[in-house]
Amino acid sequence: MNIKAKIIDEAGLQRTLTRLAHEILERNRGSENIVLIGMRTRGEFIARRIYEKIKEIDQSEIQLGILDVTLYRDDFRTRLKQPEVSVTDITFDINEKDVILIDDVLYTGRTVRAALDALMDLGRPNTIQLCVLVDRGHRELPIKPDFVGKNIPTSINEEIKVKMNEIDKEDSIYLVETEEK
Amino acid sequence: MPLSNRHLLGLYGIPREDIQLILDTSSTFREVLERPIKKVPTLTGKTIVNLFFENSTRTRISFELAQKRLSADTVNFSTSMSSTKKGETFKDTVKNIEAMKIDMIVVRHQSAGVPHFLTKISNANIINAGDGRHEHPTQALLDMYSIREKFKSFEGLRLCIVGDIAHSRVALSNIHGLITMGAKVSVCGPPTMIPRGIESLGVKVLHSIDKAIQENDVLNVLRIQLERKAGTNIPSVREYHNYFGITAERIEKNNPNIVILHPGPINRGVELSSEVADGPYQIILNQVTNGVAVRMAVLYLLGTL
Repeated sequence: MNIKAKIIDEAGLQRTLTRLAHEILERNRGSENIVLIGMRTRGEFIARRIYEKIKEIDQSEIQLGILDVTLYRDDFRTRLKQPEVSVTDITFDINEKDVILIDDVLYTGRTVRAALDALMDLGRPNTIQLCVLVDRGHRELPIKPDFVGKNIPTSINEEIKVKMNEIDKEDSIYLVETEEK
Repeated sequence: MPLSNRHLLGLYGIPREDIQLILDTSSTFREVLERPIKKVPTLTGKTIVNLFFENSTRTRISFELAQKRLSADTVNFSTSMSSTKKGETFKDTVKNIEAMKIDMIVVRHQSAGVPHFLTKISNANIINAGDGRHEHPTQALLDMYSIREKFKSFEGLRLCIVGDIAHSRVALSNIHGLITMGAKVSVCGPPTMIPRGIESLGVKVLHSIDKAIQENDVLNVLRIQLERKAGTNIPSVREYHNYFGITAERIEKNNPNIVILHPGPINRGVELSSEVADGPYQIILNQVTNGVAVRMAVLYLLGTL
């Protein structure tokens, strides 16, 4: 795996997250009915950052939950490695809410499909809006994001690595080349 | 990191990492049980057969619910309605069921070693739901999960298993699992109910219930199994209760902080007084809820291997 380019640095990430927070508030006319749900692992940290930004901008308290979609995945039969499950932490009611689903990279759309199923089992939200830091293309399902940090067209043997301070000790986004596919 | 074995036959020899993984995974499913829709699609398309050659209410319902909540297809089999009654051998019965394309078998049998035998004649993942006096691993795992909920860690935790140790598969599975996880385990009961040489498993033997309450953080109290001829090992049920029955009075006198577990069904007035069975010390119904989560974890970990 070799790094081809650093696409966003720390300051750039800050600006992108600030813009996303503003866009979410604009589209939903404030924060009154929205809840944020981050998808493990990195979506969780992005959601936490956007949560802080929205609190700062709107001076209001909103709710934040963490979703683990492992149990809803469609690749149990084809994967060689057993995925590790962890706990979903959504302690509030999502019925009639505008759910902002947050993830780091949007690729095939299969994780988002799993997340939609998971959310439907938790209740009946008013809307579900998808917010991603990077859209790298190559969708396999009819899924479209509502809020995009950055569009990065990639080839199939490239990968987007999002690094978050909370677990990776740096804030940045890299375009890397994988050995083979 | 997946489990190291594709069957769950017992807790003897199971590595610490595997037990840890099962307990950690159980927390995930514990959360699922709190949802309005207590069902996930994880085992869609898997077929599981519950082979119960011995009566069971709790364990069978618990396994069945766990399977349904993982969206697996399940078939139940109990001896009362089976062709083993018509003279078919156990092996033929299993071979025939397997020919119908199944993925997992949950088995309970009055003879020790049946689950091990099944692994040799079947390609399915085998889960032991109790074999004779041997092991009952999912019961021990749910006991351990419930203990961990209260105490966070097993390291140095003092636990005593009370009752008919000699006839108990729950006791043996608990001993193996808890010792692997670093707990200090003792057993307590009348000498006729304690197998000779049990100290070699690394447990301490006590014959005084007062001392057992004093010296431990947790008591796992077993049922006096009258149907397994436990009655011949004690002069009478009443005498057992007088010497080994756990009463609120004994707890208050010796150690009011003790936590009481019981695998059920309870013989009220024998091993536990009703006051204790319904009292603040016990976490018995919690164990039952956790049982479904733990079994979901085991089915998930084996079913997606």
